[in-house]
Amino acid sequence: MADAKTLTFLLMDPPYEDARSTTAFRLLDAAARRGWHVNVFAYEGAVALPFAKQAPHANAVHGRSVEEENHPLPREWVRALMETARAYGGSLDWVNCGLCVDERGAGEAIEGVRRGSPADFWKMVEGADNTLVIPTR
Amino acid sequence: MAKYLLIESRDPFTSADVDAHWQLATSLAREGDTVTLFLVQNGVLPARLRARSHGLAELAGAGVEVLADEFSLRERGIAPTALVAGVRPAPIDVVVDLLAEGRKAFWH
Repeated sequence: MADAKTLTFLLMDPPYEDARSTTAFRLLDAAARRGWHVNVFAYEGAVALPFAKQAPHANAVHGRSVEEENHPLPREWVRALMETARAYGGSLDWVNCGLCVDERGAGEAIEGVRRGSPADFWKMVEGADNTLVIPTR
Repeated sequence: MAKYLLIESRDPFTSADVDAHWQLATSLAREGDTVTLFLVQNGVLPARLRARSHGLAELAGAGVEVLADEFSLRERGIAPTALVAGVRPAPIDVVVDLLAEGRKAFWH
């Protein structure tokens, strides 16, 4: 796409904690569906969003099986966003802050996620048409 | 003049600094800058008529474009007809389009 834009997002919230993650995913989806190039730098708790060992679970309190519970997994949303970006002719480059990953033992990320440093965020900012930082409270 | 995109995700009932964010939007608009305030998540709560919505009406009066995320409104059962004058429902796509346009963006 000749006029494809590039947007960079910095995320900081861990999964299952705040509506900011949902909003962030909605923004990524909207950009991906335009066929744009989307950069994500995941900082602090956000490095757990694409953590590969997230697992669905049953809900004994409500008597639901794993299948019935259909527990949402952010790693699957990240994977879906990457597929959406590719399908529309764009890309989604996701970089996890390496030190944040090490601190949390969250090194096993889904395929397509890279390990990096704040220097990568700087490069993403330099190469983007614009950047949105979504900070924790 | 500069063009700004201010994103407000908090409500003034639980975050006292929302007023400061609104004042920033007003000040920028009065200086002649182009300002869009996009309300998302609980940021849409004061957009209801009579729910401290006078502040948002004043923003619109100062020339700030005030938009409320349609999804956040639906999540909270707020009908578009229940919004104070000057606030318009909008899809979140507006945010990425304004980012791509090069707006100076700030999330609160």
